[in-house]
This record gives sequence, structure tokens and C-alpha cells, in this order.
Amino acid sequence: MSRVMIYKRFERFWHWCQALLIFTLLITGFEIHGSHSWLGFGDAARIHTLAAWALIVLWLFAIFWHFTTGEWRQYIPTKNGLFAVIHYYLIGTFTDAEHPYRKTTRAKHNPLQRLAYLFFKVVISPVIWVTGLLYLFYNDWPATLAGALELEWVALVHTGAAFAMLVFIIAHVYMTTMGHTLTSHIKPMVTGYEDLDQ
Amino acid sequence: MVTTGCVYFRPGIAKAFLAVLALAVISVAQGAERSPPTADHSKFEALKGPFEDATEVTEACLGCHTEAADQVKDTTHWTWLYDHQETGQQLGKSKVINSFCGMPVTNEARCTSCHVGYGWEDMNQPPPQADSAVDCLVCHDTTGDYWKFPTLAGHPTYVSREWPKGSGNLVQPPDLTNIAQNVGPSGRATCGSCHFYGGGGDGVKHGDLDSSLVNPPKALDVHMSPEGLDFACSDCHSTWGHNVSGSRYQVEAKDTLGIDVPGHTDMTRTTCESCHGASPHEQQKLNDHVDTLACQTCHVPEFARGGVPTKMWWDWSTAGKLDEDGNPITEYDENGHVSYLSEKGNFRHGEDVVPHYAWFDGTVEYTLIDEKLDLSNPPININRIDGGPDDPDSRIWPFKLMRGKQPYDTELGTLLVTHVFGADDTSLWSNFNWQKALEAGSEMSGMPFSGQFDFVETRMYWPIAHMVPPAEQALDCGSCHAAESRLAGVGGIYMPGHDSNIWLDRLGWLAVALTLLGVILHAIARMIFKGRGHS
Repeated sequence: MSRVMIYKRFERFWHWCQALLIFTLLITGFEIHGSHSWLGFGDAARIHTLAAWALIVLWLFAIFWHFTTGEWRQYIPTKNGLFAVIHYYLIGTFTDAEHPYRKTTRAKHNPLQRLAYLFFKVVISPVIWVTGLLYLFYNDWPATLAGALELEWVALVHTGAAFAMLVFIIAHVYMTTMGHTLTSHIKPMVTGYEDLDQ
Repeated sequence: MVTTGCVYFRPGIAKAFLAVLALAVISVAQGAERSPPTADHSKFEALKGPFEDATEVTEACLGCHTEAADQVKDTTHWTWLYDHQETGQQLGKSKVINSFCGMPVTNEARCTSCHVGYGWEDMNQPPPQADSAVDCLVCHDTTGDYWKFPTLAGHPTYVSREWPKGSGNLVQPPDLTNIAQNVGPSGRATCGSCHFYGGGGDGVKHGDLDSSLVNPPKALDVHMSPEGLDFACSDCHSTWGHNVSGSRYQVEAKDTLGIDVPGHTDMTRTTCESCHGASPHEQQKLNDHVDTLACQTCHVPEFARGGVPTKMWWDWSTAGKLDEDGNPITEYDENGHVSYLSEKGNFRHGEDVVPHYAWFDGTVEYTLIDEKLDLSNPPININRIDGGPDDPDSRIWPFKLMRGKQPYDTELGTLLVTHVFGADDTSLWSNFNWQKALEAGSEMSGMPFSGQFDFVETRMYWPIAHMVPPAEQALDCGSCHAAESRLAGVGGIYMPGHDSNIWLDRLGWLAVALTLLGVILHAIARMIFKGRGHS
């Protein structure tokens, strides 16, 4: 066992800011959608827009970070060991089996995590960004776009992606409790350090 | 030393400058100061009087204002005719039927009391031709003493007269000399002397125009309030040779010219955009609404807010009931507003009324007297507003939707007009006999009547543009962006917070619920199986 820095300072900053912003966006977004009326539509829309811009800026930094550090490779999907991980979560966890995946600093996400995070990064988030920006700049659509697209469709896709985001977060938050102890997966995301078998 | 002196002197200049600035700010805050007049009318020989008759005052006015009579006679205020450029219909008070008392032509002396002239007693003829028949004082009186008596075809009374009839209240003849010597620009009270009383009483017709606007608090009308800008009607309804801008038949529903700059634009200021431009809000998202919403839609949250109720429902079909002694009946509702009169039927009044909203391109068509009604599809629209979501010239506007029941000819399928007013043996208000009143109405208006009649439900659209409160009182986002939306049913727009796809929501929440359920079951299973693997 060795204690290593697995989540670097920027990565943790990015993760927790993103978490805060996504929760803000989900709460205000579902108010804009009409699912609840906590803040009032006007404030919800204002906060939603602000949080969206903040998240865009954060993402620009995160994309830069991923490419300059090579960390983007952490998300390359692999079939190798995927079914073992799925089997562990469905059965092994109840029989006290060992987690089949051995984390390293160069491959810190197991194959299922890689898939889930990749889906989050290249499907859910881009769909939300594109539809969100279209939504925000609805009045400035060029004529060709305005002729081909309706706000209603943009809103529906944006809402659909928000549901996908909510599903992702529920599963993600739950799965962080599945380490050796309830918090053993969460601690490294706070302190950066984890004890790895190496 | 000179420098010291200068330095010592400067605060004085600064103070004086600040004082002037403060005065300027205060005067703006207290309403626009007006340029002093160049003439004191009390010094004119021609206005020394005495005047036997109001037409003599007009003659005196025309002695200097030589072109004024011709100018006035060229306006809709005089002709009561309006040739609609878009629809080709000839409208105007001489031609249209409304859902209040019908038509002026069958009730002349009463209705023409609001004509900007004297002595129009037969509306089948044009208004009297003499220049002295133009009424200058109804618009230019500043004393408040000039009052066109309701039954004298535009004249004030020249003898002491009782009004309302049977009230014992005596109206004294106005002091025409004093009025003539104090003429000035038109104001809220002069315009309002007719426009606030349309439909036969204070606030009856428009909903956003009533006597509360003579001296409104800021919360009622930020522009017209003496605490606010103290605007006269003509500050927005700018005039050109006595022709007043702004039309309810052809409304400028979307002003794309923006702020009106002299020499560059059309020199009218009847739209909000004329002064506020097309992107008046600090928040861009609010400006994004300007293409679909008229300013009034958010900025006139309710009409009839000044304490004067407006009529919302007028059912003529019940008029004519009398009590056992054969006397007319008056009933009141729980708010003390008249709810039944034998002369007029049943009413419903409204205060603080939430408008009806609809797409509107500014063009209003009327159901004229010769038009066949679509009786299979009531209510009948007395006027129709054009426009729709796909038309770039349309916006969503607020309206007073006047509803009620009116007589129509069951044989001919056309609207009928009633002779309501007059001390004769046919008028409805004196005789309570529909057959006679409708026959007289037919004779007077020239519209055919088969003798068979019934009542049909009608509605009429009145665009709302006045009673704009300070911006803080404008509607908030949630008034429309909510399940219970003011714009529910308007159509053609996707309103976040109001519109959604029921299937997307069902599927989305189902996915969320299944995920939660999976997580909970998994967690329970983990607790149950905890430690078993090692045992």
C-alpha cells in the first residue's frame, strides 16, 4: 500500500465546483421547466443563466487541463474487465467479493466508470450546452435556423438531457458509497490522496 | 493671492450650479414644465364677451386662428368617419355598431353631445357646415367649467337645467367669457370629458380610460400622474394641424421605428417605443420579449384600477321589465354597482380587471350593419382583431373583452340597432317597447328590419394602452411562465414554465424514479448481506 495523490488540486476544484453548479442548474432548471416554484421563475432563470456561464468557463479550463496533462486518456473506454466490474456491483458486493479493479494513478477509473464519465462528457453535457445556448440566444437565431428549428424542440431536448443528468447524479452519488467504507471513495476527492495497492 | 481668491470663490459657483441642477432634477421629478404661452387670451378684445351662444366664441377664436375650423373639420373627431386602409371598410362613429348603446345615428342628440361641434341633430346628414359649428372649447377649456350638456347635440346649456333627469340637480350655464379668456392646450380633463365617459358613463367603455386619470396617483398611471410626469394626452397623442395621432381601428401594434427623432421619423408619439425605444430594459432577456409582447401586456397588469368600475357584460335582452306599478327597476350588485336597469338590462361591472390576451397586428375589422352573422357560431364578434403568431407584425396585446347580448334580425341574420334615447313614443328608454325601438332604429339608420328579432351573445375587443403603473408594478415572469399562466391558450409560443411535453416528463421522471428505486434496493441488499461473505 502506498499513499498517492490521485486527484490533483485542479481536478478536485473542478469536480466540486461542477457538482455545485450542476445541483444549482438542476434545481433552477426544473423550476424553469415548471416542476416546482421555489425561487420564482425570474430568479430561477437568472441564477440558471449565471450558473450556466460559470460552468462553461469552468469547462473551458477543464478541457484545457485534460489535454495539457493528458488526463483525457483516463476516459478512453475499454471492454477489458468491464463485465467483471458489472458482475461485482450486481453480485460480488453482496458476497463480500474483492473489487476486481486495481486503480493506478494512470488508470484511476474502472471500465464502468470510464464509460459512464465518457457518456457524461461527450453526450449529456454537450447536448445540454448546445441546446442551452440555443435556448438562451433564441432571439438571435439567424433566419435559416429560425426557419428550421422551433424553441419547443430545443426545450424538449434540453429537458431530456437534464433528466439524463439527474439519473447520472443519483447513480454516481450512490456508487461513491460503495468503497471499503461508506466514505473511502469520497475522501480522495476531498484530500486528493488514496492508498493504492502497488 | 489671486489663486487663493479663486479657490475661495469656487465653492460658491459649485453651490449655485448644484442648486440649479437640483432644481432641474426636482422639476423633472414633479412633471414636465411647459413652455409659457405667447398670448394671454384675457387681453384679447374679441374675447371680452359677453357670448350668448358657444358658436360666438368659436367665431371669436377663428378671428385669429383662421385655419383652425378647416383643420378640425378634416379630422375623425369631426367627420366620425374613418376609411380603413387595410380592410377597405368605412368605419368611424357614424358607421360602426358597438356593444354598448349600438349606434349614434339612432340616438343623435345624446350621442352627438360628444361631437367636436354644435348642432349635429341629424346624423344622416354630415355635421353642420358653418365654421362656427366647430367646438373649440371642448378641447381648449382650462377652467373645467365648460360642459357639453348630454342632450343638446354638442351645446353647453344656456339656461339652468336639471341633470340627470329627475335628480333635482340643476346644471348652471357656463361662464363662456371667462372660459374663452382662459383657453389653453388640451389636457387630461378636456380629452377625458368625452373619452372617459364613452358608453354613457364614467369608465363604462374602455376600461383603461376613466375619470380617475384626471388626477391619477403614480401607481395608477406613471405618465399622467402629477406626482410623476404629469403628461397631457397630447404628449403621446401628438397632433398635426388638429389631427390627433393614435387610432383604435388601425393600431400601431409593433412600432419598429423606435425612438422618434424629429426630422427622422413619423413625428407621432402614440407608441411606447416612440420614447422608450425597442430595447428599453436593462436585462437583455426582457428585451427579448419585445418582439412577441406589446409593452402593455406586462406594464398594464390590470385595468379599471382607479376606483371607477368598467362594464364587462351588458345583456340588453332583459331590458324593459317594470315593477307592479309600471315603474322602471334599478338593482345593485354586492359592490354597489348597478346590475339591472329597466332601460338597459343586466350589467356586470369590473374593477382591477385582468385583461384578455390575444395576438394582434393592429388591424380591427367591424361587423357592420349589412353583414350576415354566423349565427351557428356564437358569440358574434362585433369587431375582429387580426394577427397571429406567425405574423412578424403581430404581438400579444391586452384587451378588455366586452361581452353581452344584443338584438339581431332573426329573418335577415343581421345586427339591429336600437333607438334608445329620445323624448318620443318609440325610444326604448321612454317606452320600454323593443319592437317600436327597433323599428325606429331601422328607420333612422336605414338598415332593414324584418320585424322579427331576438338577442345573440356578442363580444367586442378594446385594446388596453393606458393606466401604466411604475415599472415595479409590471407583471413578474411567473405571471406567464407558470402552470397558471395569463397567456394560457394564446397559442403559437413555447413558454418555459407553462408548456411542456407530458410524455417527456413522464418518461423522465420514470427514469429518475427507477434509478432511485434501484439504488435503494441495492443499498438495502448491501445492508442485508453485509459481512456474510466472510462467515
